[in-house]
Amino acid sequence: MRILGIESSGHVASVALMEDERLKAEFSINNGMTHSQTLMPMLSNMLELCGEDPDSLDAIAVSAGPGSFTGLRIGAATAKGLGLGLDRPLIPVSTLEALAYNVVNASGAYVCPIMDARRGQVYCAVFKDGIRLVGEKAESMEELINEINSLSQGRGECIFLGDGVPVYRQLISNKLCGSYVFVTAENSLQRAASVAQIGLWTYRTWLLENDLCAEDVREKGALGIGCFDDRVMSSDDFSPRYIRKPQAQRELEAGLLEDPGLHSLKKMAGDMHEKKRHKDQKG
Amino acid sequence: MGDRDPKKDIYILGIESSCDETAASVVRNGRDVLSNIISSQIDIHTVYGGVVPEIASRLHCENINGVIRLALSEAGMDFSDIDALAVTAGPGLVGALLIGVSEAKALSYAIRKPLVAVHHIEGHVAANYISHKELEPPYVCLIVSGGHTHLCLVKDFESYEIIGRSVDDAVGEAFDKVARAIGLGYPGGPKIDRAAKDGNADSIDFPIGEVRDRPYDFTFSGLKSAVLNHINRANMTGEGVNVPDIAASFQRAAITPLVDRTIACAKERGIDVVALAGGVSANSELRRRMKEACEAEGISCCYPEPVFCTDNAAMIAAAAYHRYLAGELAGLDLNAAPNLKLGMSLEV
Repeated sequence: MRILGIESSGHVASVALMEDERLKAEFSINNGMTHSQTLMPMLSNMLELCGEDPDSLDAIAVSAGPGSFTGLRIGAATAKGLGLGLDRPLIPVSTLEALAYNVVNASGAYVCPIMDARRGQVYCAVFKDGIRLVGEKAESMEELINEINSLSQGRGECIFLGDGVPVYRQLISNKLCGSYVFVTAENSLQRAASVAQIGLWTYRTWLLENDLCAEDVREKGALGIGCFDDRVMSSDDFSPRYIRKPQAQRELEAGLLEDPGLHSLKKMAGDMHEKKRHKDQKG
Repeated sequence: MGDRDPKKDIYILGIESSCDETAASVVRNGRDVLSNIISSQIDIHTVYGGVVPEIASRLHCENINGVIRLALSEAGMDFSDIDALAVTAGPGLVGALLIGVSEAKALSYAIRKPLVAVHHIEGHVAANYISHKELEPPYVCLIVSGGHTHLCLVKDFESYEIIGRSVDDAVGEAFDKVARAIGLGYPGGPKIDRAAKDGNADSIDFPIGEVRDRPYDFTFSGLKSAVLNHINRANMTGEGVNVPDIAASFQRAAITPLVDRTIACAKERGIDVVALAGGVSANSELRRRMKEACEAEGISCCYPEPVFCTDNAAMIAAAAYHRYLAGELAGLDLNAAPNLKLGMSLEV
C-alpha cells in the first residue's frame, strides 16, 4: 500500500511516500519560498526518483490543520487536485498529532506540540502515550502551561516541540512546574513522513472496519465508496481544520462590525476633509 | 505542438478563483462553451459589505472539486477528453488565486495534461471571442472592472498596447463607493444600473473627469467627491437624497468619458472594431451608449453576454487557447501573481 503525505501547515513544505511500513522517500524544504513554488516540484521529483507513478498511490494523507491558513490551503488544494485527478481518497491528519509523532517513543512523557498562532496564542495539544489529553485548540501559552501544571502536578517530563518553542522558551522555563525538554530544531518541525505514517494506519483501520481492501477503493473510485467518514473522505469533501474562524466573522458575531456602508462613507468624508484642508492651507 | 492535427478540436478545462466566484468550464477551440459552472459567494460577502479574502479563500477550497466535476459532467466529458487545463494566475486576491493555482497544478500532474497560466484580464478580453465567433484582432478594447479601467489596442491574440488607463480609482470601484454612499450597498455596479433606470440622468450636473495632456486617460476621484458633496448638501438643506437621480447622473458622468475616449482612440488608430470587457461591461447603459456611438461612426461594437462579463472560467479557457497552441505552458512551480499588471507577461 502506498500513501502520499503532504505537509504545508507552517514554514516547512514536505512530501513523503510510505510503502507499507517503509518510508520510501521524504522531501522537505524550509527556505522561505512559498509552498506553491516548492510543493508540487518536490512531489514530482520524489515520485520520479522513486520510480513511482502517481497512479500507484492508494490514498493521500494531508496535514489538515491547525496552522497557517494559506499554508493549509495550498496543501489542501494540492491534495484535492491529486485526489480528484487520480480518483483516490484523502486522509486528513491532525497537524498537531503528526508533530507529536516526531517524538512518538517518548513513553510516559507529556508531549506538547505548540505552533505559533500569532496574536499571543499557540495552536496546541498535549499527548501522553499516544492519547490526547488536551486540545486541539488555540490559546495563550500561559493558559496551556496552567493546564499542563494541573495535569502533571509537577511530576513527569514535558517535551515541547513545534515553531512555538523559540517564541515561548523563556515563558515555559519560568512558569512550568516539573522538568521539560525542548526538542532540537531539526526534529521540531512538521514532517510529511509523520503525516503519511498516521495516514497509513488510519487508512488500514478504516479499510478493516469497512471490510474493504485497497484494491476495492481503487476499482470503485471515490464516488463509488459509500462509507467515507471524517477519517477517510472524498477529495470533494475535504477542507482544512482551521480551529479559528476568519477575523471578519468573529467581529461580525461579536457585533463589532459596524455597518460597512456607513464606515466607508465616514472614511470617504474623512478623506475629503483632509484634501480640503490641504487645499485651504495651500490657498 | 508541431505534430498537432490542425483539424482536431482542442478542449480546455478552465479554472478561475481570483475573487469571490469559484468557476470551472470546458471550452472548445477557445470559442465554444460546453459548460460554464460558477459558484458565487456573493450572498455571504454581502453581509460584510464586500469581499472578505479569508472567507473567499475558505469557500474556494471547499467548493472547487465539486465545481470542476460539474463542469466536466455538464460537458459530457471526463479528464481523458481534455487537452489542457487553464487557470487564472493573477491578478486578484492572493489567497483566493492560490486555491485555483494549487488545485490546477496538482490536477494537471495527476491527469498528465499540460497547464496554461492565464492573466485574469486577458480572460475578460477573451470573453468576447466566446460571444462573437468572428472577432479577431486588431480591435480597440475598453476593459472596465472593479480593479481596471484600461483602454487597449489588442494587436494580436496575446499582444496588447495600453493606450489609456485610470489615474486613480477603477470605474467599478467608483460604482461600488457611490452605491455605498447612497445606501444601495454591495455589489454597487448592478444596483446603480438598476436604480438609474428610474432616475433622470440630466438632473445633477456631475463633472466628467479629464487628465491634463493625456487624452485617453481617465479619472473618477473628482466625480466620486462631487457625488459625496451633493449627498452632504442634500442632507444638510433637507431636500433629501434622490437615489435614482443620483445613480443616473453619476452613471452618465462615469460612462461619457469611457465611450468618448474609446471612439476617439478607434478613429485615431483607424480601427473599426470596438470591444468591451470586464465586470462593468455588463452595465446596460454603457452597452447601449457604446453601441449607439459606434453605430454613428460606422464602427462595429461587441461585448460579451452578461454571464461572460463577470468572473467566469470559460473566458480563462478561451484566453488559454492561443497560448496552448503556441506551447506556452506553466510549470509545477507556478505561483499566484496577485499584482500582475496588464501587459505584464506571466512568468511560466
